[in-house]
Amino acid sequence: MLKITNLSATVADKTILDGLTLEVNADEVHAIMGPNGAGKSTLAYVLGGRPGYEVTGGSVEFLGKDLLDLEPHERAALGFFLGFQYPVEIPGVSNVQFLREALNSQRKARGEEPLSGGDFLKLAREKAGLLKMDMEMLKRQVNVGFSGGEKKRAEMVQMGILDPKFAVLDETDSGLDIDALRIVGDGINTIMRAPDKAVLLITHYQRLLDVVKPDYVHVLARGKIVKTGGPELALRLEEEGYEVVAA
Amino acid sequence: MSELATLPTKRDEDWRYADGEYLAAADAQAINHWRTLEVPAGETRSEIKAHQSGGMTDRLRVHVGKGGRFEAFHSITGGKYSRVEIEVTLEEGAHFEFGGVTVGSGDKVQEFVTRVIHSEPNGTSNQVVRAVQWGKSVGNFLGRIEVVRDAQKTDAAQNFRALLLEKGATANTKPELEIFADDVLCAHGAAIGAMDEQARFYMAARGLTPEAAQRLLVQAFIGDAFASLDDDDTRERMVEGALAQLEGARIENPV
Repeated sequence: MLKITNLSATVADKTILDGLTLEVNADEVHAIMGPNGAGKSTLAYVLGGRPGYEVTGGSVEFLGKDLLDLEPHERAALGFFLGFQYPVEIPGVSNVQFLREALNSQRKARGEEPLSGGDFLKLAREKAGLLKMDMEMLKRQVNVGFSGGEKKRAEMVQMGILDPKFAVLDETDSGLDIDALRIVGDGINTIMRAPDKAVLLITHYQRLLDVVKPDYVHVLARGKIVKTGGPELALRLEEEGYEVVAA
Repeated sequence: MSELATLPTKRDEDWRYADGEYLAAADAQAINHWRTLEVPAGETRSEIKAHQSGGMTDRLRVHVGKGGRFEAFHSITGGKYSRVEIEVTLEEGAHFEFGGVTVGSGDKVQEFVTRVIHSEPNGTSNQVVRAVQWGKSVGNFLGRIEVVRDAQKTDAAQNFRALLLEKGATANTKPELEIFADDVLCAHGAAIGAMDEQARFYMAARGLTPEAAQRLLVQAFIGDAFASLDDDDTRERMVEGALAQLEGARIENPV
């Protein structure tokens, strides 16, 4: 589904990704762990197409297409979702309006009919319920006045509504209390655990992986994958630390 | 020399950002014409206007009686030179509410000029102006607030923000506060900036095209100026009318 080959990227002329190779197939959950500054968020932004992140080598194939050749909104329409570590506030724009326009933009790009206001609200209510988020929150401005945990939950409501094929979730577990972590983890499983979907979780902690069980765990250090294993690798990292395990 | 024969020039402080070519060729009588409005004590008057055609000056002098209220909401989308000027004198406890939006491209010069005179105690005023400019267009707000010696407990606020979508566009603002009373609140704020890059990427990551994202951000931006417009339909019409200028806009050198 997603095939990253020898990917290198710079930010402000500094090399952050340095020959990263990773393949994620449908029906798989992969976790990427790694020390601060290893390039985890850079990988997420490069895949999302954020301006300022320059690809200097390698390739990324997504559902048979050259992902790096597409604009960010085209990647989204193709079924690529980026869950932000720091979701952005958009004053003056309500979640409902934002998400309805986003969904209908994606549908238009795919040649599908737009969703009516009523149908959209029904869909939004269902997905908000999944994340135990009050519908009133969705009528408020995008992420404005939301706590850190609410922002992360709202990200997952967005993911539920947009229904992507593939999601890169950048530290979606940071800032969540134990109950919220369970709700968000269950949400990820419900929305993304399907034979035709896949997830790349970027995380520092084992606790999210207790809920969203990964098939593969990778250690990212110095801009490349330095170790790959099963779920047990995350447990070892938790106990022994990156320096010992990924040395 | 009669007053009517005199044309303002850019040397006049209140006309310093105006379009010189327009002024030189303007009809002195038209440009010096003031409409007047009297708001009786305790009553409310409002004026809502969308200025779509260019080459105009609209000057209004208002007197608001005790406890009265005057509301004005204007959008300027025309050019080459468009000027809306409002002078309001507030008696005791009277209120002035103003929302203004300029949306312009090409070489349009669009401006709001206000003068609010708090002539008696307990008066309040609130002004919100938003400018969205691209091309080589110019958006201006000259806002003067005067509080006379006896006008204690005056509460006046003025806020201007400009969004420049393209290199070469300009916004000018000149807040002037002349306060002779000692127990008053006068707040003013001004900011000129570009489109929020983070918000733009966030919206793109959710599937919005650059045009759709821009439209949504501009809609939110100018919405502030009409937020205190009570009638939902009218507010929507004003915002949509201003946004229509963005349709097919060619932004070639984004800021």
